[in-house]
Amino acid sequence: MTNTNNQILEGSRAIALTIKKIRPGVISAYPITPQTHIVEDLSQFKADGEVDYEYVRAESEFAAASIVEGASATGVRVYTATSSQGLLLMTEVLYNIAGMRLPVVLTCANRGVSAPITIWNDHQDSVTMRDAGWIQFYAENHQEAVEQHIIAYKVAEQLGLPAMVNIDGFVLTHSYESVRIPSEADIKKFLPDYKPKKNGYLDPANPKTMGAFATPAHYMEIRQALHDDMVDALKVIIGEYQAYREIISDSAPFSTSKQLMDNGLLEYHGPKKAKTIIIALGSVAGTIKEAFERSNNVGVLKLKVMRPFPEQHVLDIIEQVKPQNIAVIEKAISLGAEGPLAMDIKTALYGKTKAKVQSFIAGLGGRDITKSMIKKIARDIEKEDDEVKFVGSVN
Amino acid sequence: MLNMTIDLTSKPGSAKANKTGGWRTFIPKTDKNVCIGCGTCERVCPEDAIEMKKDKRHKGLRPKTDMNFCKGCGLCAEECPVKAIKMEREEK
Amino acid sequence: MKQIRLHGRGGQGVVTAAELVAIAAFKNGYEAQAFPSFGVERTGAPVQAFARVDKKFIRTREQVSNPDILIILDSTLIGTVDLFSDCDKKTQVIVNTTKKAKELGVTFGPDEKKLPLRNITAVDATKIALDIFGKNLANTTILGALAKAVPFITLESLKEAIAEKFQEKGEAIVEKNIQAVETAHNS
Repeated sequence: MTNTNNQILEGSRAIALTIKKIRPGVISAYPITPQTHIVEDLSQFKADGEVDYEYVRAESEFAAASIVEGASATGVRVYTATSSQGLLLMTEVLYNIAGMRLPVVLTCANRGVSAPITIWNDHQDSVTMRDAGWIQFYAENHQEAVEQHIIAYKVAEQLGLPAMVNIDGFVLTHSYESVRIPSEADIKKFLPDYKPKKNGYLDPANPKTMGAFATPAHYMEIRQALHDDMVDALKVIIGEYQAYREIISDSAPFSTSKQLMDNGLLEYHGPKKAKTIIIALGSVAGTIKEAFERSNNVGVLKLKVMRPFPEQHVLDIIEQVKPQNIAVIEKAISLGAEGPLAMDIKTALYGKTKAKVQSFIAGLGGRDITKSMIKKIARDIEKEDDEVKFVGSVN
Repeated sequence: MLNMTIDLTSKPGSAKANKTGGWRTFIPKTDKNVCIGCGTCERVCPEDAIEMKKDKRHKGLRPKTDMNFCKGCGLCAEECPVKAIKMEREEK
Repeated sequence: MKQIRLHGRGGQGVVTAAELVAIAAFKNGYEAQAFPSFGVERTGAPVQAFARVDKKFIRTREQVSNPDILIILDSTLIGTVDLFSDCDKKTQVIVNTTKKAKELGVTFGPDEKKLPLRNITAVDATKIALDIFGKNLANTTILGALAKAVPFITLESLKEAIAEKFQEKGEAIVEKNIQAVETAHNS
């Protein structure tokens, strides 16, 4: 509060102002709740003559994704945003963008998926896209959302990988809280103007085709290279998070003495040794931290990046904190199986720990997740069977 | 569970259960002596809350407004050709 | 931490009011948070919005239950929507109404005990708004009464918040809103 740069803003506006300062060359989007305010602000900046990007109104999300794909292929910095059905409609293009190694950055204002129609928040939209070859960030608050967008561009443009920043619809997009948006000069110091790799973009003077065709002799190696670079992105994200702290902001937002680890991929908040660890993505991590603020036996592991999956870093925390129980609370489900993040955690820990890992599904379609629900999970986890649990459901 | 999914599908007639009268800030007051019984108000009412009815003390029809549904939008007063309807603030 | 819950109907500016509470508290040196609970996006449907004010950054995202302050923009909601069952005897209630506080039937708790009269502020924000705007824009107006009732926002910080929030709508709108909150504050 002593910092005069601190403002109070709507989450969508904070993101729009950040994108404005990142200076993309082309923005294209199709409006969908709850993403709308972000692109409304960005088109307003354009209409008011404050920016020099091209703002292309698309006729659908498929078109919006295709427009930024094409623009990115010509070697400019691009941006789009969407939610829910809009993200699903982009699916084919998202896979193409990753396959063509285009550093597109997209904001997903997370919302549940139809049917029945829901406009409210959960993570089913983005989690469904986890295999598309996009780096996936998840933000807890406005400040983290702002920082993750800046870091997303830096990492994406370095590695030729697209990145998606996920912010909880309504919970973050439509909420007001204090936030600090770095100056354009500071952003530029960290994230210089985008220069595509030589011969790496469409240029009439140097004609080429991108993403055309690969026979069985090549396809598999190309996919493997994409995977290898995704895995390498883990190191790059840690490095860029560090660089961000040095160049733009020397302290992590709202860090506290209870924090044992914070490296850009994940953050552990809680006692050095805990009986139970709760793992979560996105804004609910704030509620969970507050629920166990005074607890000596429950810790919170917040993943900031879900893809690439920070397997080793999760394992490091678990081996250090030595919990007996791990509750994975997530706002998505792989229907007929369990929470996708819980599956990832189980895979990471297989054979490495005796801790019980259980999948809890919460907050689907905007259902409120309360501190008392979360405390109950920590209290009851030992008694629970291994089945996936729907928190707060009447069934 | 299947039943729940089906029951959530909207059914006809739900507008009757959703009484919109509580939204009012203003309430329409009709001067039935000025009213010519033309039925314009009945036709423009978006809630279908006005019905033209026989009225013993006047020749022809006069509007009867269902206050359970009148949301006080004032379209009737705006459109009345003889300005017989005035919108007044409702005490609540 | 102080928790505020606002009730009204779609179209009455409940969400804007919550945002103004947060901005005004922030301008007064506090950390603050505001967020809506969108129901069906339809004019007239009951709507709630929430705000929190604290000396340190607020991390929790759950909806506000057991509010310290309850603001009711539309008194017809009393008795039709559950407003008070999670309130306690300390909850401060501010109602937009033509009635007097004792006529409102404000209760607290699941067994509907009578809330002490000193906790209730009845303000005819609609009248003030009609006089100033010619429209029932009670949402900013009622915040004048809030600024008088709580320490974490002042009339000054509220005016600053209005100037920032309505900046793009032009000076005339800002002036009228400031006039409205001043009138409610002094009434």
